[in-house]
Amino acid sequence: MATAVMTTLDPNSRSAARGMSDLTIRNLFIIPTIVFLIVFNIFPLIYSLGYSFTDFRASSPAAANFVGLQNYRELLNDPFIWSNFAITAKYVIVSVVGQVIVGFGVALLLNRDIPLKGLLTTLLLLPMMLSMAVVGLFWKLLYDPSFGIINYTLGLGSFEWLSNPDMALYAVAITDIWMWSPFVMLLSLAGLSAVPKHLYEAAAIDRAGSFYTFFRITLPLVAPILMIAIIFRTMEAFKTFDLAYILTSQPTTEVISIRLYKMAFQEWQTGRSCALAYIVLIMILAITNIYVKYLNKVKER
Amino acid sequence: MAAVTTSAERSLNKLAIVGVLIVTMIFLAPIYWIASTAFKPRNLATTIPPTVVFQPEISPFVKLFTKRSQLRTAPTPEQYAAAPWWERLVFDGGEKVVRSGRGEVQWSGYPSRFMNSLIVAITSTILAVGMGTFTAYGFSRFKIKGEQDLLFFILSTRMLPPVVVAIPMFLMYRVVGLNDTHWGLIILYTAFNLSFSVWLMKGFMDEIPKEYEEAALVDGYTRMEAFFKIVLPEAATGIAATAVFCFITAWNEYAFALIMTNRRAQTAPPFIPSQVGSGLPDWTVIAAGTFLFLLPVAIFTFLLRNHLLRGMSFGAIRK
Repeated sequence: MATAVMTTLDPNSRSAARGMSDLTIRNLFIIPTIVFLIVFNIFPLIYSLGYSFTDFRASSPAAANFVGLQNYRELLNDPFIWSNFAITAKYVIVSVVGQVIVGFGVALLLNRDIPLKGLLTTLLLLPMMLSMAVVGLFWKLLYDPSFGIINYTLGLGSFEWLSNPDMALYAVAITDIWMWSPFVMLLSLAGLSAVPKHLYEAAAIDRAGSFYTFFRITLPLVAPILMIAIIFRTMEAFKTFDLAYILTSQPTTEVISIRLYKMAFQEWQTGRSCALAYIVLIMILAITNIYVKYLNKVKER
Repeated sequence: MAAVTTSAERSLNKLAIVGVLIVTMIFLAPIYWIASTAFKPRNLATTIPPTVVFQPEISPFVKLFTKRSQLRTAPTPEQYAAAPWWERLVFDGGEKVVRSGRGEVQWSGYPSRFMNSLIVAITSTILAVGMGTFTAYGFSRFKIKGEQDLLFFILSTRMLPPVVVAIPMFLMYRVVGLNDTHWGLIILYTAFNLSFSVWLMKGFMDEIPKEYEEAALVDGYTRMEAFFKIVLPEAATGIAATAVFCFITAWNEYAFALIMTNRRAQTAPPFIPSQVGSGLPDWTVIAAGTFLFLLPVAIFTFLLRNHLLRGMSFGAIRK
């Protein structure tokens, strides 16, 4: 890729009489970034691809033995790994759906004539600016069954959020919804404000009902940007580590990132964890591709 | 939205205002609770019903910054009188500040972790935004073969889960000795933020008319001079917005920091949770640590709110 950049001549480039030529400047500006990203993103991945075919353990001085596809075969046949994926999928669906409902709903409200709109929007953005790990820690106190403010406010008595295996995943998702609905809200607001006003005026003249206006005008026009928000949030939720790791240690909240972390840095099965990392990587690429195709479809309409 | 005309519209609007206010209150309640707990005496942190009105204290912060031990016996009046006022606050909580043999106050791990966070976040932000600005200008102004593919490659580096990248990085860092160093984290965060920085800055660069530089070139500026004297000042808003986003990401990052550091270079996000330990945690101290940690980001968000809104929606629309 880097060589391709260097050998392409910009037809519009005018060779400056003094100073560096445009070509030099362009290469100077772009190549360091590309090289940096290759060294620190692509190279490590190639490195770990090699390890994924071995039984290497970073904790022991023993040399790595080549085991071929054994790691991959074992992982794909391991029901526990599949349950980690199932937990991750459930988590992604619950939290992304929650964020879209809350975020889009608030955006619809904020899109009306609201006094102090800018201030309220900024205040609503605060949760997503904070550290997931540190905030997650504090939500432990909020969720506490005996003195947490959530149970007190909702009158739930000593309802168990985090130590109840059936509830823990939803509790993590609720915190995630709290943190990231503002993101969906922000993108939706950008989309809503871009809908041309004359469409609404035309609909009003035609005496279209508010449901018709919403489903025929608002939603289709906001759909592409809402889709972008969903892509971003799905990918982020799929990667979730800190929030679930800090909030609970239930087996029912062991999303794939946590499984991966434990395999690599607690059980020190380095080779095997590299293989799992590759499986995760391929899944993320597949999901992203599906989404992007769907996004293009939404845009065409 | 359509102008408010009918009475039905007007009452709908009132409903919307009430709804927004309620949502805002719900969303801010946890943050308010962190902030208020940071100023509570320990015995009021976990009461039922929750304590809302109380005399604010700074003892959680004194406890946060100093090493302490539980008092076996109550301090003698002489000990109490000899202690500075802030140490008395901790005496009153049934604890005392630990001093070294020469009588120097022993600091807790928090101040150094906070400093580590500052060093790592600020340095990596400067690097990511600096490189990102140059690269974005390059992409925005010059013809590049396979531009879209290169831009997608840059973005794709951001798609990977941190844990996936962390395993090979950990092994590589171990070989070159970057584990548990500031530079180790700085490089990682720079790589992580660079893609975002390029994308966001490209949006801002595209908005600056090319004619500005062309006029400068005609006036005898070199391309470099035109970039530094004409384009950069125009891009200041975008640079500020990008910097805040990169800073927030680096400041809040947890997984890499947990894996790559343990003592010397550990930042606050893995440190604060590790202080909970077993038994009954002192939530006022944890809240104080959390509150101080959230403060820079909250202030940033507020000062740069207008740029943030623009930067966010901007980058997103273009992606």
